[in-house]
Amino acid sequence: MALEVKDIIKPENLVYAKTKLLTERMLHYCPGCTHGVVNKLIAEVIDELNIQEDTIGVTPVGCSVLLYNYIEIDWHEAAHGRAPAVGTGIKRLRPEKYVFTYQGDGDLAAIGTAETIHACNRGENMLMVFINNGIYGMTGGQMAPTTLEGMKASTCPFGRDVEHDGNPLNMTSIVATLPGTCYVTRQAAHTAPAVRKLKKALRKAFENQKDKKGTSFIEVVATCSSGWKMNPVQSNKWMEANMFPIYPLGDIKDV
Amino acid sequence: MSELRLMKGNEAIAEAAIRYGVDGYFGYPITPQSEVMETLMDLRPWESTGMVVLQAESEIASINMMYGGAGCGKKVMTSSSSPGISLMQEGLSYLAGAELPCVVVNVVRGGPGLGTIQPAQSDYAQAVNGGGHGDYNLIVLAPSSVQEMADFVELAFELAFKYRNPAMILSDGMIGQMMEKVELKPQKTRMSNEEIAEKYPWATTGKPSSRERNIITSVELDPYAFERFNNKVQAKYKQMHKEDVRFEQFQCEDAEYLLVAYGSSARICQKSVQLLREKGIKAGLLRPITLFPFPGVELEKLAGQVKGMLAVELSAGQLVRDVRLAVNGKVPVEHFGRMGGVIHSPEEVVEALEKNFLKG
Amino acid sequence: MAKVRGAIVVDTVTCKGCSLCVESCPTDVIRLAAEVNAKGYNYAYMENPEACIGCANCAMVCPDSCITVYKVKVAEAV
Repeated sequence: MALEVKDIIKPENLVYAKTKLLTERMLHYCPGCTHGVVNKLIAEVIDELNIQEDTIGVTPVGCSVLLYNYIEIDWHEAAHGRAPAVGTGIKRLRPEKYVFTYQGDGDLAAIGTAETIHACNRGENMLMVFINNGIYGMTGGQMAPTTLEGMKASTCPFGRDVEHDGNPLNMTSIVATLPGTCYVTRQAAHTAPAVRKLKKALRKAFENQKDKKGTSFIEVVATCSSGWKMNPVQSNKWMEANMFPIYPLGDIKDV
Repeated sequence: MSELRLMKGNEAIAEAAIRYGVDGYFGYPITPQSEVMETLMDLRPWESTGMVVLQAESEIASINMMYGGAGCGKKVMTSSSSPGISLMQEGLSYLAGAELPCVVVNVVRGGPGLGTIQPAQSDYAQAVNGGGHGDYNLIVLAPSSVQEMADFVELAFELAFKYRNPAMILSDGMIGQMMEKVELKPQKTRMSNEEIAEKYPWATTGKPSSRERNIITSVELDPYAFERFNNKVQAKYKQMHKEDVRFEQFQCEDAEYLLVAYGSSARICQKSVQLLREKGIKAGLLRPITLFPFPGVELEKLAGQVKGMLAVELSAGQLVRDVRLAVNGKVPVEHFGRMGGVIHSPEEVVEALEKNFLKG
Repeated sequence: MAKVRGAIVVDTVTCKGCSLCVESCPTDVIRLAAEVNAKGYNYAYMENPEACIGCANCAMVCPDSCITVYKVKVAEAV
């Protein structure tokens, strides 16, 4: 007796559905963008920990500036690079709340370098999510601090020349050296196992706040199909081959 | 209980902030205002009122920490001096764009550049014109005594919350550093988180199921919606001009010549009025207390009475522009000012008035 | 031995046809449709529904949260 699809699609057989913490708004990201996956995982974790009423998110300037449209929590949209300072202000004045910042590489590792390092060094008891795709997505594909050597971008059209443009900046390794950080990890979201690991890391980071452990810092090595000028599947393969050797996945610090 | 003390203007700001029930101070050291944070750190208000005091890594971080705190509906403030205030302009534009209340104290020193640590009023134009990018204004209060340094903390917060707009206390190195007798108000209780959630329904207090999520933001990509927003902000500024212009008049009733000065310059100009009157010249002084909203209507009235006005400022001619705009050519308006940290004497002002209006 | 059968429902309105679900499927169930949605995207669908094991890998990697997953255990016919 063959089981029909309609016999499987029943409420009692549901194993995965969009979390109710995500709004009905259609994401503005390009097809295949890693932001969508990470946004979703953050929503899922907040939902599963049942901390919706106690979470305040800080969005950056960059592609994820409009992240506040997607998750049903209170939000604060920061100036370019200033999310860690904004998060500090919120957390210091509402220490019982769960606070997280969400930034791209230009935001966190270029214009906001000072705010990033000092928030981590003070051990602000919050989560900092760092999406690293090695390019400025929103402004149209310019070189980022994390752009790989030889990688092309609109402001290094012949590839990043370290003699001229300097070296890719590994912010995650830097913040791991600071005593204020309690958990520093580098993850990805390109495969189902990677997504499961990333979700676990996010959950741990929120729980660290409850235990007042200090700054949790999660880098997500990500793709930018539009900026890289590849389709999403090619982007993932390119990321594995080129980004992962420079930005290797795994926990860097866990105290 | 209120209390009489002899203190510096900068110390008075810190004391008044604690007593008013400010929730958070974020700052970065810079002369001539470092006593504000030093006093706060010494008084340890986190142990008494629960006020947070944090030394940030820069003025940029300070203003953005305030941005976060203000979004939570908290009473947050910072203080700095001219070069530091320049660094805060981006954040102030965001705070104004997100319609958040906060208080920034600028203990002005002479510029441009690193300039001097001596007093000046050369940040007037920056303060009254918003200072950062976009069409916005700060509420600007100009204390001319240590007592007003203390009192204006409360006034600045009241106005900032009334209009959901950043307020600036525009002081200078003279008022910040000088010592005077101050009456400090009794300690007020800080507002509880529950009171904040009720009183400021826009604040990021954590989203309960009973309301939509609150989003503190200054971005709006729909030009028509953003023009509507800008119109709303401009309407607030109009309302400020109707309801919250503050100024002080000194011997204006029969004045034939009017000095216009604020802050430390106004203190000196009181003496100049005395000296002028001793010489038989009927002089008066109008001291704007709110530099934005500016007491233009009052100046326009006085323009029908006096033969000339002299804007006296520790800057190259910034205040004088607002005076001229207000009187719109009805009477001659001249400028006298010293720069670079030099403070004018009462006699110099007398001379300037005589030279401009009475000789030749 | 119990066998697992799954099925997915794709929200074809929000699907952007990025194809990451297609790549993530261990049993080669999903394809992009020849047809497009209102935004012009070739949305995902089950080409081989019998092969679906309800592992939810596709839903997990989907950036737009447009996949819902169902799973049942069925007794294998003897």
